[in-house]
Amino acid sequence: MSLSTLTKPWEAMSYGFLDGSAKRELRRKMLKSVAVPGCQMPYASREVPMARGWGTGGLQVSLTLVNPQTRVKVIDQGADDSVNAASIRRFIARVAGTPTTMDTLEADLIQSRHRIPEEVLRDDQVLVLQVPNPEPLRPVQPNMSIARQMHADADYGRMWLQLYEQIVRSGRVMQGASYPSLVHGRHVMTPSPIPRWDVPKLHMAKHLTILSAGREKRIFAVPPYTRVEPLVFSDVPYKVEDHGNLTCTRSGTTGFFMNEIPQDDSSSAFEVSDSEWGVKTIRAREGEGESRGETWYKDGEMPQ
Amino acid sequence: MTLTLDAPRIVETRPLLEVKAVSKSYGPVQAVRNVSAHAYPGEVLGIVGESGSGKSTLLRMMNLEEIPETGSYTLDLPDVSGNLFELDRFARRMLCATKIGIVYQNPHLGLLMKHSSSGNVAERLLVAGERSFATLRQAATEALDASEFPLDRLDAPPIELSGGMQQRVQLAKAIALEPALLLLDEPTTGLDVSVQALVLDTLKRLQQDRQITMVIVSHDLGVIRTLADRVMVMRRGEVVETGLADQIFQDPQHPYTQQLVHAKL
Ligand SMILES: Nc1ncnc2c1ncn2[C@@H]1O[C@H](COP(=O)(O)OP(=O)(O)OP(=O)(O)O)[C@@H](O)[C@H]1O
Ligand SMILES: [Mg+2]
Repeated sequence: MSLSTLTKPWEAMSYGFLDGSAKRELRRKMLKSVAVPGCQMPYASREVPMARGWGTGGLQVSLTLVNPQTRVKVIDQGADDSVNAASIRRFIARVAGTPTTMDTLEADLIQSRHRIPEEVLRDDQVLVLQVPNPEPLRPVQPNMSIARQMHADADYGRMWLQLYEQIVRSGRVMQGASYPSLVHGRHVMTPSPIPRWDVPKLHMAKHLTILSAGREKRIFAVPPYTRVEPLVFSDVPYKVEDHGNLTCTRSGTTGFFMNEIPQDDSSSAFEVSDSEWGVKTIRAREGEGESRGETWYKDGEMPQ
Repeated sequence: MTLTLDAPRIVETRPLLEVKAVSKSYGPVQAVRNVSAHAYPGEVLGIVGESGSGKSTLLRMMNLEEIPETGSYTLDLPDVSGNLFELDRFARRMLCATKIGIVYQNPHLGLLMKHSSSGNVAERLLVAGERSFATLRQAATEALDASEFPLDRLDAPPIELSGGMQQRVQLAKAIALEPALLLLDEPTTGLDVSVQALVLDTLKRLQQDRQITMVIVSHDLGVIRTLADRVMVMRRGEVVETGLADQIFQDPQHPYTQQLVHAKL
């Protein structure tokens, strides 16, 4: 028997770039985070050929979850064609041999920064959100060990106080993105920097959402059919961004989250932030057939 | 005609607060040694003693911030039973938030200096689960008003307030949930004499209006004399003498107390 029969044949890299033990670590931590919704699980975040802060947390989760049949969609601020989204998508396809797509309905796994697509996700789809700051208590408690204790005690008085202070100072809640939300009635999480518009999409959603912070080495999850309730006072209702009446100048679609594009005459034009939704709308308008699925928001409102 | 006499109130009622044989040391320092104390409903218990005699430590134990090595602590209140030192962290926090109010000598310990004053008071109610903004606002305003805080400074952060006003914010926070027990650790130390008198006035009025049971710690006998019904004298972590306020001031028994009273007079 020679040494070469005992060793595996040479490969340039493991399937999906991460080695077996890294994936096992991630799978275990994902299972834990699904078991305790909204609770941050520390994990051994590995190096990937990308700088921390560019979605390394989300990428590690995606690389662990894919198999050669998984159809992968990657978006950055809603767009499939931004440089960052395109490179991550190309990287996953190259190291895991996965097919890719831009169509939300066709995707099995969607990795995203800052947005949740406008079309309703199904129970066979997984959403992976890249998270820069996983700790919702950081603004009120800089000491992370005390913050962890506060989570353990469900001690969220300071969190509420912060909202009280915002209303007293400014007459309204100022928190825009990453609106703190109570998951399954127990843990407060920061839903990554998705806009307030997107937070209600997580509530009792059919799909699994995994949120991962590579630099901070924390992973947490919103399993299917889990309550996600933004922290709001009973007499100060939760308000999403005022985009319900805006119309996209390129596709003509109305009632979705928009990007504001400043014009020369200091006015603003709007473009739908979910770029693939815009593309599908244009295709439908030009008679190439209807490919749009059901959306969370209907006529600019989220049905209760 | 037969005259029936009611038994004195004190005989019938059980103490609201009862601390039994607590001891606490920090490394080699025995801060509190085998101390027992009790207070009847509506009574004001004063604790005097020299610096380092363990007064603040005892008060922190009554606020369940500090758990002693030995001893027990009971509060005779509805839904509260058993030795409170044995509660888990969660239950302890709820109990402190809803039943006990505390005013610290140093406002930095009790207040969030950069939040609004009304927010400091509202935090209490938030911890207890209140989720209506209008209710929070109103309750905070009422509590601040009751502690005679100038309402035009409602949303000023304590860091911008005078010492006397900071103590009033602490007091408002402590009474916001109508606690059964109010703990005061040197509430007037560090204030100038006229402000001190005003704060004492407020405390006295609160005590008369609400019949809150209070434990007040001070090394200033004048403060204790103004407020307390009963006095406990501590020295080096032990109780050396305890009795009705008048009795202690008129006829001190222990040499240390005699020294204390004479030094004051
Ligand atoms: N957290 C702590 N760590 C170590 N030692 C402590 C601690 N708290 C109190 N002590 C010690 O315990 C003893 C009693 O302190 P305590 O603060 O209870 O005294 P006090 O009677 O309140 O004094 P003062 O009148 O100066 O406020 C002191 O010797 C003090 O140094
Ligand atoms: Mg002290």
